[in-house]
Amino acid sequence: MTDAGNPAIGNAERIERHTLAVLVVNEPGVLARVIGLFAGRGYNIESLTVAEVERPDLTRGQGLSRITLVTSGTRMIIDQIKTQLERLVPIRRVRDLTEEGPFVGRELALVKIVGESGAENVRRGDVLRIAEGFGARIIDSSESSFVFEVTESTEKVDQFLAMMAGLGRLEVARTGIVALSRGPESI
Amino acid sequence: MSERQMSGAEMVLAALADNGVETIFGYPGGAVLPIYDAMFQQNQIRHVLVRQEGGAVHAAEGYARSTGRVGCVLVTSGPGATNAVTGLLDAQMDSIPLVCITGQVPTHLIGNDAFQEADTTGITRPCTKHNYLVKDIAKLAETLHEAFHVARNGRPGPVLVDLPKDVQFAIGTYRTPDEFEFSYRPAFEPNMEAIEQAVALIAKAERPLFYTGGGVINSGPEAAKTLTELVRLTGIPCTSTLMGLGAFPASDPAFLGMLGMHGTYEANLATHGCDLLVCVGARFDDRVTGKVSAFSPGSKKIHIDIDASSINKNVRVDLPVVGDAGRALTMMLQVWKEQGHKSRTEALKPWWEQIEIWRAVDCLAYEKGDPVIKPQYALERLRDALKGRDDVYITTEVGQHQMWAAQFLPFDKPNRWMTSGGLGTMGYGLPAAVGVQMAHPEAMVIDVAGEASILMNIQEMSTAVQYRLPVKIFILNNKWMGMVRQWQELLHGGRFSESYTAALPDFVKLAEAFGGTGLRATTVDELDQAIADMLETPGPVILDVAVDETEMCFPMIPGGAAHNEIMLRRQDQTESDPAAREEGMVLV
Repeated sequence: MTDAGNPAIGNAERIERHTLAVLVVNEPGVLARVIGLFAGRGYNIESLTVAEVERPDLTRGQGLSRITLVTSGTRMIIDQIKTQLERLVPIRRVRDLTEEGPFVGRELALVKIVGESGAENVRRGDVLRIAEGFGARIIDSSESSFVFEVTESTEKVDQFLAMMAGLGRLEVARTGIVALSRGPESI
Repeated sequence: MSERQMSGAEMVLAALADNGVETIFGYPGGAVLPIYDAMFQQNQIRHVLVRQEGGAVHAAEGYARSTGRVGCVLVTSGPGATNAVTGLLDAQMDSIPLVCITGQVPTHLIGNDAFQEADTTGITRPCTKHNYLVKDIAKLAETLHEAFHVARNGRPGPVLVDLPKDVQFAIGTYRTPDEFEFSYRPAFEPNMEAIEQAVALIAKAERPLFYTGGGVINSGPEAAKTLTELVRLTGIPCTSTLMGLGAFPASDPAFLGMLGMHGTYEANLATHGCDLLVCVGARFDDRVTGKVSAFSPGSKKIHIDIDASSINKNVRVDLPVVGDAGRALTMMLQVWKEQGHKSRTEALKPWWEQIEIWRAVDCLAYEKGDPVIKPQYALERLRDALKGRDDVYITTEVGQHQMWAAQFLPFDKPNRWMTSGGLGTMGYGLPAAVGVQMAHPEAMVIDVAGEASILMNIQEMSTAVQYRLPVKIFILNNKWMGMVRQWQELLHGGRFSESYTAALPDFVKLAEAFGGTGLRATTVDELDQAIADMLETPGPVILDVAVDETEMCFPMIPGGAAHNEIMLRRQDQTESDPAAREEGMVLV
């Protein structure tokens, strides 16, 4: 992914990474609108997760989905992203969690580690010790492999993968982060 | 309040009528036949049959811009919808409120590559303000009403409703707009503190300037009046974007003309030299700013815009005000009066003296030709022939003629100037004139055109004839795509690649073939009579004016240059370093 800096605004500015929480009406095409906005205007998406968080009520028939989006750009670009998102018709709220105070972000990763040529090559002891240190759960195992589930901040997941990488062949599936602000305030 | 059972097709017409639509521009086809059938059986909505769907959208744009109402379009699926795309994006770029209804293949065939199927909502998502695919008759009435609500509120724009044929046949309950509440509620009311800060800045600036745009016109005629009052009361000069022409009267001495790439010397130098730039309903478009890093370098900037995403997009501003332009102007006027500020004419004397020096440069001067007609001269003669009339509406195509029209035709009222600004769509002017004339049957509607642009939608001449619309098409015919030629001369070493039209139609015969009148002027002494004939001849008229083939449009700020590097004539072309010219070449 590249930094799609608008040359007019000047590249001297620092690139910031922001986590946004976006509440949208859960209707067909809404995700395409959000993604199309980023693609069409050359903004960066580092990760994006989406799922319905409020069921449709009987009268309106509309549910709400929450998109957690990690993006990066200069200050001016981040502001553009927020205001451009806000003007999409099915978008109800846009919150910049990075700007508005402390927040917690977690992502889930499923990590398969396979020994190079047979079970004896997976250093089971090392693997299990590292997994324990990160609170990773074993959800599948075979003679030559494990699948772990780890739910952590992005940085912690990265660390976990780095440590496991030396111990076998990895296959990884990650969700990208979901995030909530700390404290009693809500979106 | 009412509840009636009806078909989806009947619902479309009921919803149009309930949203104040009287005229709809369209073209039938398989996937909208039920709607056309329902239309046949009613008298409330008048349909204008265009000759190509692209024409329908531009006609609706002309209708919308000249009335302040929502323009309405009805086209079929597949090619009907794709032909409408350019017009939709045009309306999106220029913030024109439209509702476009497209037919779609029946819901059970969607995704099957059915005959005349296109993913219309997918294709139009980035070129509409919003769009809908209605798969359920129960949602149709609400969706149609919401489409109008979204099109006209906030920053206006085109909204598309894609309607599968089976939904048009389905029977459902129709409810009127007042029975729905819509969640789309954009900001309208500006923040009072920001308004007070803006007034404080205006009251103490030494070199202030109003820079106004299409947002003032979109806000309604009252906004234009308020702007005029505020500018006169404060004694501050005013410049306008291409889209904003007419919001502030061109005949007022405080008006500096248009700014930007082909704006006046005084407007651009004032923009460059001001210490306070008050932007109302404009968006710091690249045609206006030129080189962004050198744009109005010494000024504090106030930006009033209904669209928060327009603020700080291209140019960083000091005081953002999100809200309706007209409302903001009213509040500024009120605060100005309440705080007892005086006109600043006296305090701004040095600023006005400077502006008068720039004005004296007479940047629109050109060398008169004889017998060859200069395009500027043709527009001056047209302007003089129209003097004193209050019923003139001008549309344009895109290119040199458009810029000359903006420079030489004076607009004292809003909604009288229809041009494709943001998208720059050649072929806009004639269908737009059709739309304007439908809305104002008695008015004088003139499409100022180039011979290349007019050929892009010339088929709408046939529409004008069918509906007896007396539009006048004033072609400045130089046989070249003039603006392309100009750029090739200035930036591409005079290599005139494909910008000459070697086979042009005989426009007089063409007009006659369509059933209109064709006129021609080839020399200066024929011009005035030809213009008089054009204005007096009933019905659609094409006047083909042969103009100087190599004339260039000045002033010009070359791409990548700053406002104070403005060129006034050919000889000003800098032999500066090739790097700078390369930079200009890559910009558009």
